[in-house]
Amino acid sequence: MAKLPLEGIRVVDITVIYAGPFATMNLADWGAEVIRVESTKHFQVLTRGGMARPPQEIVSNPTRTGGLATYCNRDVTFRSWNRWTLFNAHARNKLGCTIDLTQPRGKELFKKLIQVSDVFLESNAPHVMENLGLTYDVLKEVNPRLIMLSMPGFGQYGPYKYYRSLGVHQECFIGHTFLRGYPDSDPSTTSTLFHADEASGATAAFAVLAALHYRDRTGKGQFINMAQAEATMPHLGEAIMDYTMNKRVQTSSGNRLPGAAPCGCYRCQGEDRWINITVTSDEEWEGLCRAMGEPQWTREERFSDSPSRDKHQDELDKLIEEWTIKENHYTLMYLLQREGVPAGPVIFEDDAYTDPHLKERGFFEELTHEECGTHLYPGLGWRMSKTPNNLRLPPVRLGEHNEYVYKQVLKVSDEEYRKLEKEGHIGMDYVPEIP
Amino acid sequence: MEQALSDVRVLDLTHHIAGPYCTKLLADYGADVTKIEKPGEGDPARSMAPFFEDDPHPEKSGLFLHLNTSKRGITLNLKSETGKKIFKELVSGVDILVENFSPRVMPSLGLEYEKLESLNPKLVMTSISNFGQSGPYRDFKASELILYGMGGAMNETGMLDRYPLKKGGRVIQYQAGTIAAVASMLALLASRSQGIGQHVDVSIFESQMGTIDRRMSHLLTYQYNKETTYRPDPSEEPPGFPVGVYPCKDGFFHIAGGFVFWPRIAQMIGRPDLAADPAYSTPEGQREPENLERFSLMWYPWIVEHTKREIIEVGQAAGVLCGPVNTTEDLVNDPHWSVREFWADVDHPVTGKLTYPGAPFKMEETPWRVSRPAPLLGQHNEEVYGELGYSKEDLVVLREKGII
Repeated sequence: MAKLPLEGIRVVDITVIYAGPFATMNLADWGAEVIRVESTKHFQVLTRGGMARPPQEIVSNPTRTGGLATYCNRDVTFRSWNRWTLFNAHARNKLGCTIDLTQPRGKELFKKLIQVSDVFLESNAPHVMENLGLTYDVLKEVNPRLIMLSMPGFGQYGPYKYYRSLGVHQECFIGHTFLRGYPDSDPSTTSTLFHADEASGATAAFAVLAALHYRDRTGKGQFINMAQAEATMPHLGEAIMDYTMNKRVQTSSGNRLPGAAPCGCYRCQGEDRWINITVTSDEEWEGLCRAMGEPQWTREERFSDSPSRDKHQDELDKLIEEWTIKENHYTLMYLLQREGVPAGPVIFEDDAYTDPHLKERGFFEELTHEECGTHLYPGLGWRMSKTPNNLRLPPVRLGEHNEYVYKQVLKVSDEEYRKLEKEGHIGMDYVPEIP
Repeated sequence: MEQALSDVRVLDLTHHIAGPYCTKLLADYGADVTKIEKPGEGDPARSMAPFFEDDPHPEKSGLFLHLNTSKRGITLNLKSETGKKIFKELVSGVDILVENFSPRVMPSLGLEYEKLESLNPKLVMTSISNFGQSGPYRDFKASELILYGMGGAMNETGMLDRYPLKKGGRVIQYQAGTIAAVASMLALLASRSQGIGQHVDVSIFESQMGTIDRRMSHLLTYQYNKETTYRPDPSEEPPGFPVGVYPCKDGFFHIAGGFVFWPRIAQMIGRPDLAADPAYSTPEGQREPENLERFSLMWYPWIVEHTKREIIEVGQAAGVLCGPVNTTEDLVNDPHWSVREFWADVDHPVTGKLTYPGAPFKMEETPWRVSRPAPLLGQHNEEVYGELGYSKEDLVVLREKGII
């Protein structure tokens, strides 16, 4: 039986919020021993919740449902930080320990961990590692084979080095926010998006793998300097090239795609249910007409060929919606795909868990978390034929693997372990002073 | 300087966006990537806008030029027997094959993984497709819009009183290409360390469901609490302030404030005296409509007096999470990226020198580099087929038969 590709690779992870944790999730999923290093004395807002001890009353009475700011069962009476969905979504397959990096002993322990690891990933603002004195220059002395990746929003140098940002702000800086949205409205109505998080998270995983490959060949570690914004910019390549080639500033075209008409999101039967349809050829247009039952209007001159349909898209959209609104979004997908028309429902969370395709491919997998219970979790992002894989460990709780990390990895004695507990390095709760 | 992947050979049977972005990542970090195109028309991306000087010429598509840097390009007709034979010769000599046809195509050509594996047991074959190599939607058609609607969080993008919105450009397919590069590298590491080749199945649908932050988080929210996530309701007040996109003197900016960051916001707008005011600095205070009103009376007059650049500078100085809503023009002229030498000037035989997006990350030992511009259609036929032992005379015959 083949081993997972990253078995035997140890990754130290002090990433925050999403982009970084997502990078390490991809490494953990495929066999790396990812050890999250957290601190019981420092609460990073958003990573494990909005607050360490949010008032139960506010959590129980949300202004709206769904969303990032949610705890399992909306219950925050015990260790809310282990119940935060944004964290638990990416924290599977990882191990976790706590070290207070602000104490000299904590730095010593951290360096010891670096010494026996292969990769160190961090996504903090650049001053964080500098202030802690745990930069690559220092750590490479401890472990010359170390691969370290830092991924602050704007990189390790440049005028915006110390700028603070979330993925949503990267989107703004790099022009993505301006390129999406309702074409007849201003950017305030597009709602937030976090493409920079997933783009830079995936790119960071790629960067680490490229560096591991180089190290396998030469024995050399190295420092990788990533600006999350730069990792995302190539995803907007053609809009950027349109400016550098033609000085054209692209704006949002909503849901429309060049060369496709009709191309839109149409309301279906039920509350807030939708189907996307994209027609790129005469054959697909004929298919759409058949699916709709060949209504008279489809034969009108204004829809007779691609350029005409392109010109009359607004009218076309209204007529199509008169048809889709009477049908179920999934029924429409099957009907349209049977006629060779690209179409798919807007899948809400409840749809996803019953989606026949995801079911047949076994996408969702069950994990049991000691404090949250047993649930299905979104599964692996891709499949590999010879190194088949499943989710293994539930989302890591704060300090869950302290015993393992301190005693097995750092070889700390039982006596010293108790001492480190007293000194505030080891624990499973944030200190009471943190609200 | 040596590049990270300079010992990796890749055969690139991809077209459009997701596949080419995957192989671009490999190529720009040093892999020897040979791109195969259909004789005559080539990659359909060649006919996609934007074009240099708006001239719809197959060597002038900005999309194609961007996605195919550092690759060599050959043409090959895979429907002919000779074409298949040559393809198999090429496959025998590479580490990774990437393809993004619909799942029926490779088997119908007799070039499925099982056949290729026998020629090259260590081969990594990465297949990128809309819905993956199995399952009831395997042969369904899709588009950027449809893939986001199904895999991504389109249900919550846009406003509740209007239709859901897609993201900008074609970022879903770029993301799938990035994921495919991660998966390919994992398989390559396994191939080198364990001597096993394998077939990697990247479904763009699942690459959204299984690797996208808010999508995964909200799927979990549903599992935990049976709560479905909707688009923001414009008639509802946001849960805190200031949060979201606001207008200013010359455009728009985004800010993530709320009670947690209130002391910094107070600093930003020149009201440090209000930093500890519970009307703004507590969740209870921020929920009172009259406090929002009082805040708005300070906030709007201040923001309309300042440009997005000014606001961001003052905000960032106060430690506030914020950013300007930039256009591509703002982006390309933003000094931060030029100081970081992000942009790459690439010289191309047809368009001349143009500015391209540069390195997604900087490796200190092993640089990112555009080793050559995107290939002209069939530009490296002689070179690549020559390496396989085909003479110039052979190539003349192959060209006449429409094979290359």
